Amino acid sequence: MGANVRAAIHLAVALVVLAVAAPPFVFAAETPDPVADAKAFQKFFTQKFPKLKPEDFVNGPYSMNEDMHKQWEEKEQFPPYEFSLEAGKEMFTKPFSNGKSYADCFANGGIGVRQNYPIFDAKEGKVVTLELALNRCREANGEAPLSYVKDDMAALTAYMAFTSRGKPFDIKIPNDPRALEAYENGKRYFYTRRGQLNFSCASCHVQNPGERIRAEILAPALGILNAMPIYRSEWSGMGTTSRRFTTCNSQIRGVPLEPQADEYRDLEYYLSYVSNGLPISGPGARP
Amino acid sequence: MASSIRVRATSSGETTEVQALIQHPMDSGFIKDAKGETIPPHFIQELTFEYDGKAVFVADWGAAVSKDPYVKFSFKGGKKGDDLKVSWVDNKGMSDTTTAKIQ
Amino acid sequence: MMRTTILLVAGLMSASATSSLAAGSEADYKAAFAAAEAANKEAGSLRNQWTVTAAALSDAKKAADKGDFDQAVAAAKEAEALAKASIFQATSEKDAWKALEIH
Repeated sequence: MGANVRAAIHLAVALVVLAVAAPPFVFAAETPDPVADAKAFQKFFTQKFPKLKPEDFVNGPYSMNEDMHKQWEEKEQFPPYEFSLEAGKEMFTKPFSNGKSYADCFANGGIGVRQNYPIFDAKEGKVVTLELALNRCREANGEAPLSYVKDDMAALTAYMAFTSRGKPFDIKIPNDPRALEAYENGKRYFYTRRGQLNFSCASCHVQNPGERIRAEILAPALGILNAMPIYRSEWSGMGTTSRRFTTCNSQIRGVPLEPQADEYRDLEYYLSYVSNGLPISGPGARP
Repeated sequence: MASSIRVRATSSGETTEVQALIQHPMDSGFIKDAKGETIPPHFIQELTFEYDGKAVFVADWGAAVSKDPYVKFSFKGGKKGDDLKVSWVDNKGMSDTTTAKIQ
Repeated sequence: MMRTTILLVAGLMSASATSSLAAGSEADYKAAFAAAEAANKEAGSLRNQWTVTAAALSDAKKAADKGDFDQAVAAAKEAEALAKASIFQATSEKDAWKALEIH
């Protein structure tokens, strides 16, 4: 049976499912209401997992059952991200060739600011993520940009996340139609099905948290970015948010966009905003 | 350069629990890189923990152990404040060693 | 029994060669490949290409390079079908995504 037949069947099934699951009434184009969205988002997950405290969601799959939780406790005694964290601190504090350093590019010298990212940049009219801000800092100071999916960027964001541990996500959507549009784009991306497997982010992380996909336990979407960057056993190494977005796309057989593509920036904006109030726990470890 | 070995040893009077995290690629020699060339084997062959001049734990490792290995074990004895020496040698003849105080 | 099997196989083979009745020629391959590429390009403008489409295109090219135009045409047709499915997905998802949204 050709893949085209399979793909057609996938789509047909998806359409049937959607038709059956369609809401009883259709809303006309509504004004976006991120505050209401975030409230509904958090309520959905806290109701689904009533035994969990809001801050438990930042541990993703490890909060989904007893066995996973025990594994998390053990892993926390000697976390595998420690080497990366140490390297990140070294990298962050070392000055550029021109004498300046990362501290010059960030508020408060870059210490304890991770929870504010992504930020909507009014001048540029776009969302700026932490990874993007770090590379722009490098380029502004005559340094070559880092790969968004490799170890060095992960080490830097690991250190910055570490200095923000415990601080609640505090993403702001200013009163600017472009910021609202970026937020909506991110939301739309999150729920849109893609790839030959026809999954959206929501298929796994809203419809099936705590369930298995092959041998992995799925994390809930609430708090899913709070632990980034993560040491992932599957990767035998650290990974940035960019790495996770791109690999997730290929896993569902969708060609990934470029790291820090507009869609990904907006997606990170949306996911971070709806987790406002939950503490930063990065850097983290995952199976 | 920072040590490749992180170790924490805690004595509870009768036994000492040891945890160690070692930074090492542990290449098996079976994986190909992005260009399609086999990454040559590079893995720790022997890992030794010594207390009071005697080996309390010796591991003979090979290609099956994953990158950045983590080890946890307990041994009888060991007093707070005493030294615990950790060392490894790999198949390329590289090595590293560190000494930690038992807490 | 043998004849039935041969007839069955022949029937299946002609059924699976959807629109291309004649054995594939290089011209057939070039046309099929161009159509598949165009569809995949459109999927790209919708930011929704599938990895399997690229794989099928690559398979088509490899078969053509070997001179196996039957296989090349089949792979190109599959690539076109996959690309078209990905376009359909992007277009229908423009509204369909709302059904999954948490309210």
